[in-house]
Amino acid sequence: MEETGARSDGHMAALVEPPSAVAMGRPGEVEDVTALPSKVSVRSLNFFYGTQQALYDNDIDIPEKRVTAVIGPSGCGKSTHIRVYNRIFELYRTHRAEGEVILDGVNVLSPDVDLIDLRKRVGMIFQRPTPFPMSIFDNIAYGLKLHYHISRGELSDRVQDALVRGALWEEVKDKLDEPATALSGGQQQRLCIARAIATEPELILMDEPCSAIDPVATAKIEDLIEVLRDQYTVVLVTHNMQQAARVSDFTAFFYKGYIVEFGATKQIFTNPARKETEDYITGRFG
Amino acid sequence: MKPRSRTGRRLADRTARVVMIPAALIGLAVLAWILWEVVARGAGALGGSFFTELPTPPGMEGGGLGNAILGTLVITLLATVMGTPVGLLAGIYLAEFGTTSRLATAVRFTTNLLMGTPSIIIGIFVYALIVLRTGHFSGWAGAVALAILMLPVVLRTTEDMLNLVPDELRESALALGAPRWRATLTVVFRAAKTGLATGILLAVARVSGETAPLLFTALNSFYWPQSINEPTANLTVTIFNYAMSPYADWQQKAWGASLLITVGVLFVAVLSRFALKDRRSRTWSR
Repeated sequence: MEETGARSDGHMAALVEPPSAVAMGRPGEVEDVTALPSKVSVRSLNFFYGTQQALYDNDIDIPEKRVTAVIGPSGCGKSTHIRVYNRIFELYRTHRAEGEVILDGVNVLSPDVDLIDLRKRVGMIFQRPTPFPMSIFDNIAYGLKLHYHISRGELSDRVQDALVRGALWEEVKDKLDEPATALSGGQQQRLCIARAIATEPELILMDEPCSAIDPVATAKIEDLIEVLRDQYTVVLVTHNMQQAARVSDFTAFFYKGYIVEFGATKQIFTNPARKETEDYITGRFG
Repeated sequence: MKPRSRTGRRLADRTARVVMIPAALIGLAVLAWILWEVVARGAGALGGSFFTELPTPPGMEGGGLGNAILGTLVITLLATVMGTPVGLLAGIYLAEFGTTSRLATAVRFTTNLLMGTPSIIIGIFVYALIVLRTGHFSGWAGAVALAILMLPVVLRTTEDMLNLVPDELRESALALGAPRWRATLTVVFRAAKTGLATGILLAVARVSGETAPLLFTALNSFYWPQSINEPTANLTVTIFNYAMSPYADWQQKAWGASLLITVGVLFVAVLSRFALKDRRSRTWSR
C-alpha cells in the first residue's frame, strides 16, 4: 500500500488518464504523506456489525491540517471507518470496533477515554443536514454551552464568529431567532459545519456532506472546506470523485472494507498503484 | 408474452369498489347517527344551570350536573398528572436506552397486555388495591385507575414518536459532545414534542369516557367534591345511573352529559389532530 513509485508503462498511463472533468484543482506539489505529521494513526482496525465484518485491518495515517478524502464504491466501509474516530458507532449495541485509532498519541478506543472530551475534539458533519429543532442561534450555541461556562455577551460573539467562518453569517444575521429547520438544505449544512467548528475541534469528519444538497450549495461547502484546511484536519468521505480531486490533498481508496490505496490525491488520480483504484476512478465500477 | 386481459382487472377494481364504499359508508353512518341522537336529545338539557348546579332529588325538575363535571375534570387531570410522567419516561427508556434489551422486550410485551386489558378489570384491581384497604370509594382511586389505563397509551406513542426521530439527529447531538441524557432531552425530545403531546391528548381522550373503572373506585356523589378522598361525582357514572333511572328528567340529563363528553372527546381529538399536522409540516422529520 505504500507503493508510490511512478509508472513508466506508457500504455497503462493512458488507460488511467482520468476523465477530463476530473480537473486537478489542488495547487502545489505532490506531498509525501509519510513526511507529514499525522493527526490520526489507525492501526489494524477491524469493524463488525454484529457478526458481519465491515472493515479489515485498516491502517492509515491522516496528515495534520490537510484534507483527506475517503473514496470508494457504496458499502465499502468509508463511513464505517470514520465513524470509529469519534466512537459515534457506540450508539448501536451490536456495532464493535477492534484495533487502534490513535489521536495525538492516545488510542481513542481505549475504555478510559472520555467520550465528551473526545467528541469536543472531533467534530462531525453528516450526510443529511441535521439542524436541531431550535433557533439558528441556539443551534450554534448548543455545543458552546455544553463545553463552556460562558457569558451571554461572549456567547453571542462566539456564535457570530462561528457563523462567519461557516460562511452563513450574511444570510442569517437578521433571523438568528428563527427556527433552523426553515433554512434551505445547503444553508442547513453550512449551519451544521458552523455548529461543529464553534467548539474548536481539531479534527472534522465529514460523511458525504454534499450528497443531499444541490450543486450550487455544494460549491459553497467546497469553498468552505478550502478555508478550513488551514486550521483543521479534515477527513471527507465522498462518493463524488471530482469533489475528492478538487478539495483534497490526500485520498484513501476503500474497497470491500480494505484500504486499497492511500496517497497524494494527484498521484491517486493520475497514477494509481493498484488496479482496483484505477478501475474505480476511471468509472469501470462503483 | 401475452398481455393480461384488461377486462379482468377492471372487473376486480369494480368489485373492490362496490364492496369498500358501502363499508366505509356504514361506518360513517353509524357515527353520524350516534352524533345526531346525542345532539338531538342532549342539547335541550344543556342550560346554564346544567353546568353550575347540583343534581336535584328524583322527581324534582331543574338542577344540574356541576359536581359531576368538576369531578370528571379533577379526576382526569389527576390521572394525567400521575400516568403521563411514568408513560413518558418508560417510553424514553424503550426507544432510547433499552431498545432490544431483555428488559425492554418484557416491558413492551406487558404494555401490550395492559393495553388490551378490559377497563373493568383495572377498576376491580384498583378497588381491591385502594378502595378495600382504605375502606371507602374515593376520587383518588378513580384517578389511579384512569392513570393505569393511560399508561400504556402514553408509553407506546412516546416510543413510536421517538423512533420517528432520525438517528442522524441523535448522532449529531452526541457528536458535539452531548451526554446521552442531554441529547435526549434537548434535541430528540424537542424534535418529537408535538407527537408526544398528541400521545398524551389521545390518552386523555381515551380515558375521559371510561365508566367501568370509575364505578368501582370513584363511585358517584350528589354533592360538590369537598375532598378527593371521598366518593367523587363524575359524568360517566352519572350517565350510567341516570340513564337506568325511570325519571324522564334524569334521562334527559344523561343525554346532556353524553353530549358534553362526546364534544369534549371530539375537541381533544381535533386538538391532537392539529398538533400532529403541525409536526408533519414543520419539524425535522420529513
